[in-house]
Amino acid sequence: MESTQAVFPERYIALPSERKMELLRTMIRIRTFETKVEELFLNKKIPGFVHLYIGEEAIATGVMANLGKEDWITSTHRGHGHAIAKGAQTARMMAELFGRKTGYCKGKGGSMHIADFSVGMLGANGVVGGGFNIAVGAALSAQIRRTNQVAVCFFGDGASNRGTFHEALNLAAIWKLPVLFVNENNQYASTTPVSYGLSAQHVADRAKGYGIEGYTVDGNDVRQVYDAASYLIGRAREGKGPALLECLTYRVKGHYVGDPEKYRTREEVQKMVNERDPIKLFSKVLMEEGTLNDAGLAKLYAEAEEEILAAVAFAESSPYPEPEEALEDLFSFSPKEFPEVIA
Amino acid sequence: MRTITFSEATLEAMREEMRRDPTVFVYGEDIVRQGGIFGQFKGLPEEFGDRIRDVPISETAIVGAALGAALTGTRPVADMHFADFIGVAFDELANQIAKNRYMFGGQANIPLVIRAPDGIINQAAAQHSQSVEGWLQNIPGLIIVAPSSPATAKGLLKSAIRLNDPVIYFEHKVLYPQKGPVPEEEYLTPIGKAEIRRPGRDVTIVTYSLMVQKCEEVATELASEGIDVEIIDLLTLKPFDRATVLESVKKTHRCVVAHEAVVTGGLGAEIAATIQEQAFWWLDAPVLRVGAKNVPIPFSPVLEKFVAPQKDDVRRAVYRVLHREV
Repeated sequence: MESTQAVFPERYIALPSERKMELLRTMIRIRTFETKVEELFLNKKIPGFVHLYIGEEAIATGVMANLGKEDWITSTHRGHGHAIAKGAQTARMMAELFGRKTGYCKGKGGSMHIADFSVGMLGANGVVGGGFNIAVGAALSAQIRRTNQVAVCFFGDGASNRGTFHEALNLAAIWKLPVLFVNENNQYASTTPVSYGLSAQHVADRAKGYGIEGYTVDGNDVRQVYDAASYLIGRAREGKGPALLECLTYRVKGHYVGDPEKYRTREEVQKMVNERDPIKLFSKVLMEEGTLNDAGLAKLYAEAEEEILAAVAFAESSPYPEPEEALEDLFSFSPKEFPEVIA
Repeated sequence: MRTITFSEATLEAMREEMRRDPTVFVYGEDIVRQGGIFGQFKGLPEEFGDRIRDVPISETAIVGAALGAALTGTRPVADMHFADFIGVAFDELANQIAKNRYMFGGQANIPLVIRAPDGIINQAAAQHSQSVEGWLQNIPGLIIVAPSSPATAKGLLKSAIRLNDPVIYFEHKVLYPQKGPVPEEEYLTPIGKAEIRRPGRDVTIVTYSLMVQKCEEVATELASEGIDVEIIDLLTLKPFDRATVLESVKKTHRCVVAHEAVVTGGLGAEIAATIQEQAFWWLDAPVLRVGAKNVPIPFSPVLEKFVAPQKDDVRRAVYRVLHREV
């Protein structure tokens, strides 16, 4: 992986130490959540499919640190990290993964449809590339209503090959919509490597075709992600239009939990874990800065562990929905008012 | 009562709703510079500025963005140019818009309208002539309406814009220049309610959109033969007004469903199935379906006429359910 040398105003470095610690805390909370989800899935506590964000935590964290709750994001099928970083509660997320009534989607969505609209997380998406135009629509809403909200669309390297990518970037560009397209280039679209599936060297190269700015940064360095996102979100908020930010990263786990991963070697994965883990890299930075020590790091992990265990306990103790609840929530009106809709 | 065209009626609906609610906006291909192919957007840009926008040829963006905008505090109206182009944005409609509210557990309403001019007109051929409501019938989560006159065009469009759920609004292209009475005062046409266009004792014809007037003409002709036809104009296709249909069939004991869309897998099949499930013992004849033959709409006027359902097809179906010689 090579990144183009984008230079953004250095805003990370000026952050107070609590904010820097908050970045690390978010990354560790995501990692702890995902690690627990993997274990629960393998123990058959969680049904369905799960796609883990392990190794990519710096991207959601660095971007979301520049957004407020009134801003929106659209996510991917690998959306747990985005939800946590945007402010969703891990207990209600876990309950959703368990298919319980107390989950964000009352058990109707599961992992691939995790969402918390109350914090601007407009949903994970089971269709790769399904989020582009939803983000464009949210940005259009901000423009029509003359607010200074922005939308951020997270998408993978595979999604950049969808037609929706093209239509969304073109429309966002001609209308100068307040939207940032954040590519998480984790090197694999399911089993297909970017070296095979991407016609350009970088996803960011495609920005040129839409007359917008495109940058590639090291997505495993939360400082780089933070600085790039801060600059580009700020521009979008000022009405200067959309941009494309490619964050190079690596999908440490399989496409889904249970993926036999025949398309890559164990050595390749291990090398990335050893050398490029975003949490290890950032912990080291904070220690060198004097912001963090071993005890502080241990405390962050312990707090995250405690939070996630509580989330699991909440999920396990929550009731399943009643079967008939499957007929609710399709429309804004109730099926009792309008029985023909459901019957 | 004054008479205005179907096109003007939709324009009035847009203007009234955009004045009433600043979060209503409309966008589509060729609607600002051209005013819409049928003039149905003329004058809106002067009054509403950037709340009416031309969109480049990007149907997935048009439909997908409507969802994002509806989730975030606006009420978008997206124009499809031709209903046929819904195919370009099928994922946005079927997998995103229709499922969003449900799969996220009802976290947000989705107040959006997709306007879709449909139907056979002027030998527009296979990709500009379709009635595609059958594509969408099988998708839970969508409301589908189809006005048949200027009055219902206005009332249904206003109701659709105010509904907090996604509505597909099919407007038949032949109807745009047709004039009809439209009240001056404000009114809404309720979604989910059919209207009985003509009461009758002998046969029920369930129909909608342009086929309503064709069926009315047939009914007038049949009246001179002593056949008293009841015509139900569905207006809302999904969910269709079962109560009105079943009540009528229980009275007439005979039913023909007529639509311009292809018969196979069409709305007629759903209606016929509902009638046999819920009113079988009231029937004196099988429910018959009239619609386009099972091919794409061909170009040549001779071929187009042969494929499209004609008044004679409706008449023959009425005779058959009455067990008369055709």
